Amino acid sequence: MKNKKPPPARKKIRRPIEKAGKTKKLLLKLYVAGQTPRSIAALANLRQICEERVAGKYEIEIIDLLKKPQLASGDQILAVPTVVRKLPQPIRKIIGDLSNKEKLLIGLDIA
Amino acid sequence: MATNAQTSKRSITSRDLPKTPTGITGFDEITGGGLPKGRPALICGGAGCGKTLFAAEFLVRGTRQFNEPGVFVAFEETAEELARNVASLGFDLNQLIRQKKLVVDYVRIECSEIQETGEFDLEGLFIRLNHAIDSIGAKRVVLDTLEALFSALQNELILRAELRRLFRWLKDKGVTAVITAERGQGALTRYGLEEYVADCVVLLDNRVVDQISTRRLRVVKYRGSFHGADEYPFLIGENGISVLPVTSLGLTHEASNQSVSSGILRMDTMLGGKGFYRGSSILISGTAGSGKSTLAAKFVEANCNRGERAMYFAFEESPSQITRNMKSVGIDLAALVHKGLLKFHAARPTYQGLEMHLVNVHDAVKTFKPKVVVFDPVTNLTEIGSEREVKSMLTRLLDFLKMHQITAMFTSLTAGGANLDQTELGVSSLMDSWIIVRNLESSGERNRALYILKSRGQAHSNQVREFVLSKNGLDLLDVYVSDGEIKVGSEKLAQKTRDQEKALLAREEAQVRNLKLERFRKTVKAQIEALEADLKAREAEIRIELATQKQRTINLSQARELMNRHRFVDEK
Repeated sequence: MKNKKPPPARKKIRRPIEKAGKTKKLLLKLYVAGQTPRSIAALANLRQICEERVAGKYEIEIIDLLKKPQLASGDQILAVPTVVRKLPQPIRKIIGDLSNKEKLLIGLDIA
Repeated sequence: MATNAQTSKRSITSRDLPKTPTGITGFDEITGGGLPKGRPALICGGAGCGKTLFAAEFLVRGTRQFNEPGVFVAFEETAEELARNVASLGFDLNQLIRQKKLVVDYVRIECSEIQETGEFDLEGLFIRLNHAIDSIGAKRVVLDTLEALFSALQNELILRAELRRLFRWLKDKGVTAVITAERGQGALTRYGLEEYVADCVVLLDNRVVDQISTRRLRVVKYRGSFHGADEYPFLIGENGISVLPVTSLGLTHEASNQSVSSGILRMDTMLGGKGFYRGSSILISGTAGSGKSTLAAKFVEANCNRGERAMYFAFEESPSQITRNMKSVGIDLAALVHKGLLKFHAARPTYQGLEMHLVNVHDAVKTFKPKVVVFDPVTNLTEIGSEREVKSMLTRLLDFLKMHQITAMFTSLTAGGANLDQTELGVSSLMDSWIIVRNLESSGERNRALYILKSRGQAHSNQVREFVLSKNGLDLLDVYVSDGEIKVGSEKLAQKTRDQEKALLAREEAQVRNLKLERFRKTVKAQIEALEADLKAREAEIRIELATQKQRTINLSQARELMNRHRFVDEK
C-alpha cells in the first residue's frame, strides 16, 4: 500500500506546490502546551517532513499555550499538539503528535 | 432516643453539601439550595427543551444576584447568536461581558479542517478554559455542549479519558459547572456523559399532552443531598425559567388576624363581624346565574375603596363585559381600573397550559402587588387539565398567595342538580371560607339564597339568607321561615301578608273575648253587690231584732222587780 500510493500522489500534487512555492511560503503554527514528550515528538516529526518535502519554503512558529493562553481561542485550539497551516489558504489543522506521516502529508496537503 | 434523633438530624444539616444557588425560580427550592458547589452538574434533555437557556440563566443570575462571574463555553452557537437568543429573556450578555462578569468563549469545531494523527490531549481546551476563568475570577462555568467534541474527534478513547480529566480538573478548580448534553436513546445522554458527572444530573423534557405542551424538569440524581424527585413543570417565560414545585414549599405562611370586609355588611356580620381573614382563601360556589361573580366584584370594590389594589383574573368574560354587567348592580369597576386600583387579567383557559397560567398569575401578582385576587371562574381550568393537575396547581397558587398575605376569592360553577357540597375540583379542603349561593325556585320565580358552609376560625352564622341583587346593589335579607319552610322573594311577601292577616284576625278575636269577659265580670260584680247589699240589710234587720229582744228582756225583768216590790213591800 505504502509503495503504491505515493507515486501518483506526488505527480498530481507537485505542480500546485511548485506554483505555490513560487508565490507563497508554507506558514505553519505549532501549538503546544509546555515541553511534553508529545510536543517534542510533534515538532520533530513536523520539521522532518517539511525538510523532506518543502525545504526552505516553510516557516514554523511554535506557540506555547502555557505561556500565551490567550492565543488558543484565535485559532480555535482544543487539542494539543495542533499544527495549523495558516498559509496557503484554506486553514487546515492537524492534531496529535504527527506520528502518522501519511496523514500529516494529507493534512498539510504537501504530499 | 429523642436526643439521638436530634443530634443525627443536626449532623445531617451541618454535613450537608455546600450549594451554589442558581437563582432560577423554584429550582433552588426543589434542590434544597441549588447545584453542588464546586462540582460539575449535567443538564440533559432533548432538542429544544431549554438546556442552553437553563445554563445561560445559571450564569446570568450568578453574576446578577450572587456576584459570581461566569464563563460560557459555547460549542454550538457563537457569542453573538447566544446573546441574541437570551436577549428575549431580558439578559444582556454583552453588557455583562463589558463589565468583565462574563466570558463567552465560542469553540468552533470544523470537522473538515481537522486531521488527526497520533496521540493528543485536550490541553488546549483546558488552557482556554483556565484562561477564561482566571481572567474574571469566574465561579461558574457552562459547557454547552461538550458532545460536539464527539463529532469532531475520532479518537474516542482519548476523548473519553480527557473528558474524565476535564471534570476532575473542573472540580479541582473549584468552579460550579453546568454541562449540557443531548438526550440519547434509552440513556440519559447520547454519549454517556452521565458516567463522568456523578454528582448532579437534571433532566429536562418537553411533552405534548392534548395539544398542550408542558416542559418538565426532574432531578435524576443529586449525590449527597436531598432533593425533590418528582417531575416538576417549568416554563420559559419573559423572566427566564421558572420551575414550579408541585408539592409545595411547606406550610409556613403566617396567619393574619386582620380582617377584610366582603363589601356586604350583612355578610360581614354573618362571618363573625368583620369579614374574611386577610390572606385567606374564599370559595364561592353555586349554580349558573346565582350571583357568584357579583359577589366577587363587590368584594373587589370594597377592597379598592379601602385603597388597596385588587386583581381580577377572568377566565370567561372580557373585562369590558364584566364592567358593564357589574354596573347594572351599582358596582363601578371602570372607575377603579381608572384609578389604578384594579387590574383585569382576562384569558381563555385554553389559551395556554395550566402551568403557564400559574406563571402568569405569579408574574402579574408580583408586578401589580394586589391585596386581593379574584379567579372567575376557577372551574374553567378543568378544560385544560385533569382534576388532579388543577388541584395541584391551585395548591401551589394558594401557597404563593398566602405567603404574600393576599386574599383570594375563587368562584366555582356547580353543575345544576349536582351536590352543592361537592365542588368538581375537590378544592374545598384548600379553602378557608366557603360560601354557597343557591337558586330557589318556587311560585313561578327564582330567588337566591346564600349561606356560609364553612369559615375557618370564625364564629360564622349558620343561617340561610336571601341574597338580593338589584340596581341599588346587593343585600342579604332574612329569609322567612314559615311552617319549617324557607320562603323568599314574593312568596315571602305573600306568606308575610297571609301571616299578618292571620295575626290580625287572632288579635280581633282576642279583643272580642276580652270584651265578653269584661261584661261577664261586670255582671258578676253587680250580682255580688246586690247580694252584699241584701246581706247588709239582713244583718241590720237581725241586729235590730236582737237589740229589741234584749231591751225587751231587760224591760221584762225590771217590770218583774217592780211588781215584786209592789207585792212584798210589807215584808220588811
